Amino acid sequence: MNEKFRKWLEGEGDLLEHVSDTEEKPYSSREEIKHEVKRINDRVGVMSQGRHLIRAERRGFYALYRIVAVVSCVFLIGVLLFTIANLPRYGEENPRATEVTRRYVEKGIEETGAVNIVSGMILDYRAFDTLGESHVLFTALICVMILLRMDKKNMRHGYEDFYTIRDEKYFDISRDSIMRTVGLILIPCIFLYGIYVLLNGQNSPGGGFSGGAVMGAGLIIFASSFGFKSVDRVLPGRRISFITLAALSFYSFAKGYVFFTGANGIPNHIPKGVPGAILSGGLILPLDIAVGIVVCCTMYGFYSLFKRGNNGSD
Amino acid sequence: MTATLGEILKIILLVLLIVCAVSVNFTKTLLQAVIIFMSYSSVMCILWILMESPDLAITEAAVGAGISGTLFLMTLRRIEAENMRRRETEDPGQEE
Repeated sequence: MNEKFRKWLEGEGDLLEHVSDTEEKPYSSREEIKHEVKRINDRVGVMSQGRHLIRAERRGFYALYRIVAVVSCVFLIGVLLFTIANLPRYGEENPRATEVTRRYVEKGIEETGAVNIVSGMILDYRAFDTLGESHVLFTALICVMILLRMDKKNMRHGYEDFYTIRDEKYFDISRDSIMRTVGLILIPCIFLYGIYVLLNGQNSPGGGFSGGAVMGAGLIIFASSFGFKSVDRVLPGRRISFITLAALSFYSFAKGYVFFTGANGIPNHIPKGVPGAILSGGLILPLDIAVGIVVCCTMYGFYSLFKRGNNGSD
Repeated sequence: MTATLGEILKIILLVLLIVCAVSVNFTKTLLQAVIIFMSYSSVMCILWILMESPDLAITEAAVGAGISGTLFLMTLRRIEAENMRRRETEDPGQEE
């Protein structure tokens, strides 16, 4: 019997004591050792140099980025300041633009029937601009809806549960009692204020856009405190599009009538009313309501796109 | 030349406006940037009133401070910006 094996049996030593996993080649000479050390050092050096280079490059890029950003900002600020310096002083009469302004201020009430000159301007003198703006808003809403809307038709199969769970997690804020109580107090006030601003557009500051935005904000608060389902009962997605389209068509046809009669010298039969009364200003009040509805629906439409899945038709 | 109280208020608000606009660039998180953006709109709203254009003030308060801020916040929540930031702070990347 082997001496080693006998020792192992008696528990004195390990059988595999001298057997290592990798057989290292012993360096035969000093030269070889030196060569190996040099090789390792070179590799480490190259690696660290490379990392250094990358870091320096990145630092250089960021420095360049910052310099370019600062230079472009300073350039932009300079251009804007130069432009502002050339503007007429605030409140001073500007001879270049005084003609139109004087006409608006002096004859605005008489010609439009609106006490609020701004409303008279944007919905009577410059009604064409407002028409374009409303259409831009509507088009933006339609485009965003086309891109972002997710209903059962274009949702990937098997993801319905994922969206449901995620949205339950995200919108469980609607079960929050603080949100509900605050909403209960705030929502009627916000809507009342929005409707007031909307209907008094021709007499006091405000009008279609501001009133519509306030009402849209009210709808958003309503949706976030009581859930999308309670809004959907009043305003489902399809009805939003329908109402917006109806308001826009009304605006276009009403204003088209005025443009047509005005351009051809035909007297139109829209009463101006007494300036200061609610039913005054001719077409301004209905147009205000139309613009307000468009803006309100657009704002809420944007918000409702954050809702999960079956948005709109079903 | 003595400045009236209204002018002093106006100057304070204008400085606040610049501070808001600059500090958006130095915020660490997107949430802070959105909140500063909303406060910028609120300051701008007061300034519109001081410049005697209440029409714009109403619109600025409703749209700038209200709706667009809400939409930004909803977007941040949708893209899970907070979770992303947490992941980044847990695992500091290659940036120093």
